Amino acid sequence: MAENNCMCQEAGVLIFPCSGGSDVGELSDSVARKMAKCGQAKMFCLAGIGAHIPGMIESAKAAKKLIAIDGCQVLCSKKILEHAGFTPISFNLKDLGFEKGRTKVDDETIEKAATKISGGKGEETANRNSGGCCGN
Amino acid sequence: MKIEILGVGCPKCKQLTANAEAAVKELNIQAEIGKVTDIDKITEYGVMMTPALAIDGTVVSAGKVLSKDDIKKLISK
Repeated sequence: MAENNCMCQEAGVLIFPCSGGSDVGELSDSVARKMAKCGQAKMFCLAGIGAHIPGMIESAKAAKKLIAIDGCQVLCSKKILEHAGFTPISFNLKDLGFEKGRTKVDDETIEKAATKISGGKGEETANRNSGGCCGN
Repeated sequence: MKIEILGVGCPKCKQLTANAEAAVKELNIQAEIGKVTDIDKITEYGVMMTPALAIDGTVVSAGKVLSKDDIKKLISK
């Protein structure tokens, strides 16, 4: 059987960016993808949780920790997860110094946000001790 | 009742299947136990972590090897 395609690996840490329409929404998505690429967390579908897709909800329950990354104080990701019965570790990019409407989303900003998130609560976001990322 | 085990067929999936079969046997109910091994079909269920268990088309567990007793409770709900 195709064990190479097995999805039975440990769920670990799942990351849910708000992926909103603003610059900080875009940043939340980009930083989540960077952290996933670096192996710090696994990207997951917030929309699937919002839609209460049973398979998505049950898959999220298997995770050790859930991280919500929100671009602004509306905290959509955190609230969607809470509405589904989860208690995520929450990051608001505004609290990390990224202002809505004034944030340029480029590699430097993404790296800065990733470092602040994994460094701020690093022990909660990843198995690795480093506060930064892989540099990819 | 239709019980489906979602997973590509690794040892965890096989264990969950065995536990489901044991649960059905102990409850002495009529249930069809099927396997979904195609990743596309597993994804259609929204499952990102396997093994997963679906009862009558609804995923009730994912990413865990439920025990026989856990499955009995879910079936009896």
